[in-house]
Amino acid sequence: MAVDGMGLPVTPVRSAGASAMLEFRGVRKQFQDGTVAIAGVDLVVVPGKLVSVVGPSGCGKSTILRIATGLVRPSAGVVSVATDRVGYVFQDSTLLPWRTVQANVELLTELHGLPRDERRRRADEVIRLVGLEGFKGHRPRTLSGGMRMRVSLARALTMAPELFLFDEPFSSLDEITRQRLGDELQLLYLTHGFAGVFVTHSVTEAIFLTGRVLVLSQRPGRIVGNFPVQFDYPRPPAIRYSADFARLASEISECLRRGEQ
Amino acid sequence: MSPIRSRLGTFGPPLAVFLLVIVGWYGVSYLILDPDRRFLLPPPHAVVLIGFLDPTNLTELLDALLLSAAVAGTGLAIAAAIGIATAIVMSQAGWVERSIYPYFVVLQTIPVLALVPLFGFWLGFGVECRVLVCVLIALFPIVANTLFGLRSVDEAHHDLFTLHRASRLTRLVKLQLPTALPSIFTGLRISAGLAVIGAIVGDFFFKQGDPGIGILIDLYRQRLQSEQLFAAVILSSLLGVLVFTACGWLSRRVVGGWHSSAMDREAMR
Repeated sequence: MAVDGMGLPVTPVRSAGASAMLEFRGVRKQFQDGTVAIAGVDLVVVPGKLVSVVGPSGCGKSTILRIATGLVRPSAGVVSVATDRVGYVFQDSTLLPWRTVQANVELLTELHGLPRDERRRRADEVIRLVGLEGFKGHRPRTLSGGMRMRVSLARALTMAPELFLFDEPFSSLDEITRQRLGDELQLLYLTHGFAGVFVTHSVTEAIFLTGRVLVLSQRPGRIVGNFPVQFDYPRPPAIRYSADFARLASEISECLRRGEQ
Repeated sequence: MSPIRSRLGTFGPPLAVFLLVIVGWYGVSYLILDPDRRFLLPPPHAVVLIGFLDPTNLTELLDALLLSAAVAGTGLAIAAAIGIATAIVMSQAGWVERSIYPYFVVLQTIPVLALVPLFGFWLGFGVECRVLVCVLIALFPIVANTLFGLRSVDEAHHDLFTLHRASRLTRLVKLQLPTALPSIFTGLRISAGLAVIGAIVGDFFFKQGDPGIGILIDLYRQRLQSEQLFAAVILSSLLGVLVFTACGWLSRRVVGGWHSSAMDREAMR
């Protein structure tokens, strides 16, 4: 793979033999201006499992993901990523406004130099998966926020990621769209079986989608809560309103409140 | 609203102003000016009859206009090529920008037209020299706007390209240049107007060689041929309007499908 010309990212240590897909040990990040974004975070994501990270805004949630991708270099600690196929979904859909839906979905395969037929084949498949077949020729500005996020998910899926990093992907959407996309993302997870870190400030979203919820404290962020989620997949949409769900949500919210102090 | 009424709403008011100006013009020509001073503002129909409908005069005017348009167009094209290329190089290497950007600012602040006699002194007063004036006058807005456009790429888009190990060239071609297109067109539009001004006002200093429309304007003024003078002024203005409109049309054709400000302008029309 080509060496990055910008000299920006430092690829994290990749230990292919490890059983974890992603592992943080004592990872700390202090920015140049002196702010400590995260202070000693330990985190393990095993293949095929989703872990969510919730925390107050500005607690370094995104920094964790940026460190995992290599966009940001940690000040201390060890990061290991066991795969080259990392998908990243940004807070904003980050579509290129001059490209159609089809061309946007083909962007990553294009950057990786895949042949045209293969790009087309993969794009067709994922566009069908997110239900946007009728919109291939549309430009992003003519789509709703939810549709744009679907395009963004489809784009990431073209590289068949083994590890998916989600940076508050649904935070700018309305509640109904957010829930629907949560349902759809669960389906994608169940069919593709990727491992992932889901960063969010919505406790409901975290519980609904993932098998473990980590609570991050106020900056400098450290993990102050670790809640396994026992519900079996596939989880029906209505599970969000069950008593067990509500109990777990209130425990996590309580932990969040304590972490903010 | 019905289509006819909405069209009336769009074209009605400016048309009314136009008629008002024509009426005012006649008023000044016939009511305020004595017949022996009427040459200062000849009535509109005289301008049309003598300036535009007399074949000899019209040919002379159109030939000159064509020359000036060619000078402005060539100058603009060269300025665009040099300006965009320079901005790309500056965006790729900070030291290049630090070395030459100050001189572009200086170029912008010195009155290029004041240098025209000097250029004529060096290069003669042919078409090449007139083109050079247009290039110099049109260069800075293109450089500045292109550079701004290349710089205004969203941070998250850069991250996306970094994550997928895009090369510098790929990043430039697939991300920075498309992002910069609307700004490049803004620069072109400003420079197009400047190039026309450069071609016409530059003529005042040459007064030699094939006449551009500026030379004719000066000539008609000296000979007190005010009908032709007005016709020449009107044609020069039309050239400016035409160039400006053409740039806007091109901009909408290229980026109108996705760029919001181009779309908004479209919506307001």
